[in-house]
Amino acid sequence: MNKKALLNLSIVILVTLLAACGGGAVAPTESAGGSTTPQKGGAMIIAYKDDLATLDPAIGYDWTNWPAIKMVFDGLLDYDSGTTITPRLAETLPTVSADGTVYTFKLRKGVKFSNGREFNADDVVYTITRVLDPKTGSPGAGFFVGIKGAQDFIDGKATSVEGIKALDANTVEFTLNSPDVTFLNKMAINFSFIVPKEEVEKAGENFGHAPVGTGPFTLKEWKSGESLTFERNPNYFYEGLPYLDSITIQVGVAPDVALLRLEKGEIQMMGDPPPGADWARITSDSAWANRIEKQPTVNTTYIAINTTAPPFDNLKVRQAFNYAIDKQRIVQLLNGRATVANQILPPLMPGYDPAYTGYGYDPEKAKALLKEAGFENGFETSIECISVDPQPKLCESFQQDLAKVGIKLTINNLAAPNVIDDAGNGKTPLVWSGGLAWTQDYPDPDDFYAPILGCDSNIPGGWNWSRYCNKDLHAKSIELLSMTDRNARLEAYKPLFKALMDDAVWVPVINGEYDVAHSANLHGQPTLSHPEHLFIYETMWMSQ
Amino acid sequence: MFTLLTRRLLQAIPVLFGISVITFLLIYYLPADPARMYAGPSATVATVPRIRHELGLDLPLWEQYGRYMQRVFSGDLGFSYRKQIPVTSLLLSRIPYTLALICGGIFVELLIGLPVGLASAVARGQWMDRLGMFIALVGVSAPPFWLGLLLLYWLGYLIPIFPLGGTGSLRHLILPSLTAGLGGAAWYARMMRSSTLDILSADYIRTAHAKGLRNILVILRHVLPNALNPIITMAGLDIPWFIGGVVLVERVFDWPGVGRLAVEAIETVDVPLILGTVIFTAIIVVISGIVIDLAQGFADPRIRQGKL
Amino acid sequence: MALCSPKTNMKINSRRNLIAELPADKANASLNVLSAPVESGAFAMAWRRLRHDRTAMFGGAFVILIVLVAILAPVLSPHDPTEQFRDGLTLDGQPVPSTLFMKTGPNFPLGTDANGRDLLSRILYGARISLLVGVLANLLAVTIGTFVGSIAAYFGGWLETILMRFTDMMMAFPTLLLAMTLVAILKPSVWIIILVIGAVYWTWIARVIYGQVLALRDRDFVIATRALGAGRLFTLFHHILPQLFPTIIVWGTLGIATNVMLEASLSYLGIGVQPPTPSWGGMIQQGQSFYRAAPWLVIFPGLAIMLTVFAFNLFGDGLRDALDPTQSGRS
Repeated sequence: MNKKALLNLSIVILVTLLAACGGGAVAPTESAGGSTTPQKGGAMIIAYKDDLATLDPAIGYDWTNWPAIKMVFDGLLDYDSGTTITPRLAETLPTVSADGTVYTFKLRKGVKFSNGREFNADDVVYTITRVLDPKTGSPGAGFFVGIKGAQDFIDGKATSVEGIKALDANTVEFTLNSPDVTFLNKMAINFSFIVPKEEVEKAGENFGHAPVGTGPFTLKEWKSGESLTFERNPNYFYEGLPYLDSITIQVGVAPDVALLRLEKGEIQMMGDPPPGADWARITSDSAWANRIEKQPTVNTTYIAINTTAPPFDNLKVRQAFNYAIDKQRIVQLLNGRATVANQILPPLMPGYDPAYTGYGYDPEKAKALLKEAGFENGFETSIECISVDPQPKLCESFQQDLAKVGIKLTINNLAAPNVIDDAGNGKTPLVWSGGLAWTQDYPDPDDFYAPILGCDSNIPGGWNWSRYCNKDLHAKSIELLSMTDRNARLEAYKPLFKALMDDAVWVPVINGEYDVAHSANLHGQPTLSHPEHLFIYETMWMSQ
Repeated sequence: MFTLLTRRLLQAIPVLFGISVITFLLIYYLPADPARMYAGPSATVATVPRIRHELGLDLPLWEQYGRYMQRVFSGDLGFSYRKQIPVTSLLLSRIPYTLALICGGIFVELLIGLPVGLASAVARGQWMDRLGMFIALVGVSAPPFWLGLLLLYWLGYLIPIFPLGGTGSLRHLILPSLTAGLGGAAWYARMMRSSTLDILSADYIRTAHAKGLRNILVILRHVLPNALNPIITMAGLDIPWFIGGVVLVERVFDWPGVGRLAVEAIETVDVPLILGTVIFTAIIVVISGIVIDLAQGFADPRIRQGKL
Repeated sequence: MALCSPKTNMKINSRRNLIAELPADKANASLNVLSAPVESGAFAMAWRRLRHDRTAMFGGAFVILIVLVAILAPVLSPHDPTEQFRDGLTLDGQPVPSTLFMKTGPNFPLGTDANGRDLLSRILYGARISLLVGVLANLLAVTIGTFVGSIAAYFGGWLETILMRFTDMMMAFPTLLLAMTLVAILKPSVWIIILVIGAVYWTWIARVIYGQVLALRDRDFVIATRALGAGRLFTLFHHILPQLFPTIIVWGTLGIATNVMLEASLSYLGIGVQPPTPSWGGMIQQGQSFYRAAPWLVIFPGLAIMLTVFAFNLFGDGLRDALDPTQSGRS
């Protein structure tokens, strides 16, 4: 998953101390050992630095708006408190045909949108079609192109998508071009959250600011640039949820100010991780015990190397870069809130290879490789980083590392959309993905290949910043998508990702952490954060 | 008076027109592609040319300008690429904050600067004068963003008197206003001192003293009004710099005003927003200039009558 | 030729001149620029006055000190300003405070910054950027401004209208925003910044020069020169321009103060010189998130800016006084 504006790189997963009291990992449904039962009521305030761009599920694609969108909308499927898929707007998990290409969903009855109308199968057809529709401009369209007839629809050759059919008011059938074991994950992702046609058409472009959905909360008020207020949806189909009466998201609050407001009790939660400058202070302060939840997100942060831009089309140069970077230093600069990454997949992603050692820190070897490649005297190049703290600081560390092997690096600190744009269009030879990418959209290794390193994403504006297309690997990845034996499949991904590392398409630098600072009376059920959704607002509650 | 107003307004029109043209040209030559910016980072290949056509970015430059100005006059300043809301409503929601900050800043400037300047002039040569002018010189030399951070540190964190950023009450306005105004206060102090000294040596002041008027009355009734005259003129020239200072202060304190909006717009290459905010701030400058001119016309009858 | 009394001058000057003569920005502490023309021998007299003005001489010495520091930065700095040290950060990545009073260990007299670089070295090298930008940008601004202002005032007619309207228009832009937009269009680098600051600042000088030349244009000695058959350009260059030298000198000095401040502001907003080159404003921007845990990151670079601007203001003030002591405002 890509983030437009993650403020701080540091992202860690630990289980909350509540769960730790219970010992070990928390099971999906049991409440954390030793905690009290959730109480209903309370108003929670969370503060973010960046503004929320939109609440339209088809458009929103960053860590700020995803959890908020989940407040107002639901999808057919969802995850439990971990990574297991559970039905949500669907009554049960779908039935899959023998060849794995047809998914039939039976929908829950009696679910209402906040405008009073009951949800039905036509809404599902409308929602997914809308995501695929080029006019919508959804960044998630790529997840659904595997549906039969989707490409024809996108190309304008058809007026609807053949593979999505409403069989009756409560049954929807999806037909895929080929088997895809990740399809269920795609039906749990934000882009698949159901929207009501009449409201979308009524609001037009403004739907993202006046959302109507089936979710646990409704948007009550949006003061642009200041705050968004959500209220409990009394008709929510899950009995007893949500616990909180209202949630206010404040925006435009710098993390250090947010931290101080949290300390004073003016807010209950920080949307961004606490700033590095205060980290030492709060971790050594006993008043802060139990108030920082660490969520190791499934993330790798890397330097993307544009493999089509000379001299980076030379494998030895790319490998030299991998040896030249001091990753431990980056961890130190991040107050230890990260771990060194040596491969594409993060440790928590299934398919991760613990035996793989990758490239280590070896400036001498880097210099030797550069010499072999014919660049004994180094060369000049540039990197783009987002201008949000601490990314520029980290890029300056790269600058020093590369200077030591003779490379003169110019740093271009730009705003996130500019970096994403330049990187997507191959306008810069190097990009530091800190603050932007890449965290999983769903727990499957294909999510770390197809959207960012696969041939299909090697298009102008795509997220394949390495501009890399290896047809053999691509064909292999398609094969792997239809493998049904889970263990064999995961094993089969190891050589694929090793091949990518051998080709040195990236310099994977760290796996990040996400630290959530919150007040003592705010609890999650079981935790405030979630490996897939980042924050689960509906199960948060406040003790009085 | 009326003729003065009309004259100034007519003069302002070509200025505003020129500003809009220059700004538009500047934006036109920005290296980033606005259509891509608008489409967002994850748009598909086909979306971008379509958006470019929708936004009219494939039209010749003068046509684009014409369309833009047409919309401006009907109150539509375009749609912010990044924030996905109309620029006009964005501006309107931020204007009150910037206005509050401007008022606060001017308040500080005048309230501190003018009396200090006056007192220094009256106590010319003595220690109070020297000290006052020394502090003023220091104040003028200190970067406003540095002052702001120091104030935040000392009066917000070490001794938590004031809140650390954010809005919501008068107390939140104090530190930002101080930051915006202290530099100017120092400047006005020096100006006031000079202007007052000019007046103090004039004949009519000596006459007033000779008449037996008490010093304080002389100062208040004769010196002060005349000394303020040139100050008003200088204040008019100060506006473009003051707005720049407001931008910096809004940055330091995360104040949700137009200045910070402009900085965000420039950073994210949000073309309509840049156009909107720059034109808006330029309008403020021009209008303040006219207001100052009128104030001067009010204060000095010679100007009103066109004799000066 | 007798010097006119400045007060009389101010009364008979048109109101336009009054405005034109008054400088506008706050970093520039000068109050009134000269309105009286300069006669021969005036420079010698001015120099004598300057020498006896203790504050001005102090300011001048201060300026020289800062210039020396900038030039001698490599000698004075304990370290390379771009080197990020292992022990420049604590174990959990925080900047290290001053090690002045520690007998052993690394030498960081003012502590380190967020990347583990020595702050003192960066401040000393930062002087180079500030002075370079300040002096060159101001040079550019004064050149353009003098050119535009004098031509507009002297030749009059439509040229005057166009030039001064254009100047008015440029002045209506909020200075900082205009600079930011320009730098955003052209990628930030030292030379672009110099260009942009100069391109934004010249208007103020143009105004002042305009007023002055307007006043001088109708003076007897100019009319006499023309009557003798001198060409217009010749008159402009040989007779009017030298009269402007005091103004130019004063603005040339005080303008440096303003431009140093502008450069610092641009760097603070993140569009100044690029890393790893140290710039005082940029250092404050990088350090501001640490202002609670490591306030020295903000205090010292800001102090450097303030002292530099202060020095140029002090000296510039003194120059102004020396070049025209009949101006009020000084004891």
